[in-house]
Amino acid sequence: MTIPQLFFAYFAISTVIMSILMITRKNPVHAVLWMLVLFVHIAALYLFLNAEFLAAIQMIIYAGAVLVLFLFVIMLLNLRKEEGERKYNTFWPVCAGISVIMVVFMLVILRKIEVIPPLGEYSIEKIHTEGSMMSVGKVLYTKYLLPFEIASFILLVAIIGAVILAKRRVE
Amino acid sequence: MVPLSWYVILSSVIFSIGLFGFLARRSLIMMFMSIELMLNSVNISLVAFSHYLQSMTGQILVFFVITVAAAEAAIGLAILIALYRNKPTVKVDEVNILKG
Repeated sequence: MTIPQLFFAYFAISTVIMSILMITRKNPVHAVLWMLVLFVHIAALYLFLNAEFLAAIQMIIYAGAVLVLFLFVIMLLNLRKEEGERKYNTFWPVCAGISVIMVVFMLVILRKIEVIPPLGEYSIEKIHTEGSMMSVGKVLYTKYLLPFEIASFILLVAIIGAVILAKRRVE
Repeated sequence: MVPLSWYVILSSVIFSIGLFGFLARRSLIMMFMSIELMLNSVNISLVAFSHYLQSMTGQILVFFVITVAAAEAAIGLAILIALYRNKPTVKVDEVNILKG
């Protein structure tokens, strides 16, 4: 194994272990903390794939904003008293079977996946000379301008919707 | 050089773990966290394809996925708070008002 493969093996194995730990925790706060470590590892995988800007975005938005939102809600609802109950549905073995079948199918299908040669223009050298942010921005603000505006509209809807849903009705 | 298939297989394994969490957990908060896990696994495969195809489209798609994930977390947690106010539980199988 070469050095990059060793790095990838570490990150892959620890990511899988952390996601299993995250799913099986009983206390939601512990699950959020495992998820934080998991997101840091995923950001490291992005760095490995030459996407520095996305790694920063992953840290800021997921590890910074979304997880803090989850922690806020867990603290607000005060879920401590429900810790003694069972974690899973009555039909959880069926769910585990579905997941295992899906993993097996994916392994069979995706084992031999390859890149078919007409490659794009953003090679590693071009991204290095241009900078990760500039190459992302050039594509985002020209070819994908309309989806970008729609994304901002989705965020606006989320802001208004969250306030309206969580507001206490005053009679 | 790490092959592309390793990244895609890692992504599918994490997706399946998130799928199990979404289907099997009773707590609504854990179900939302499983959705976030599934979205992240898709992001890994998109970034890997973007790197190996030398195209920026995958990374742009990851932006939109992160946007939708943030909006979904905000709306979902607001629904959770509204639900908790009406019926003080976060277990999905105890919320059965619609069941006749």
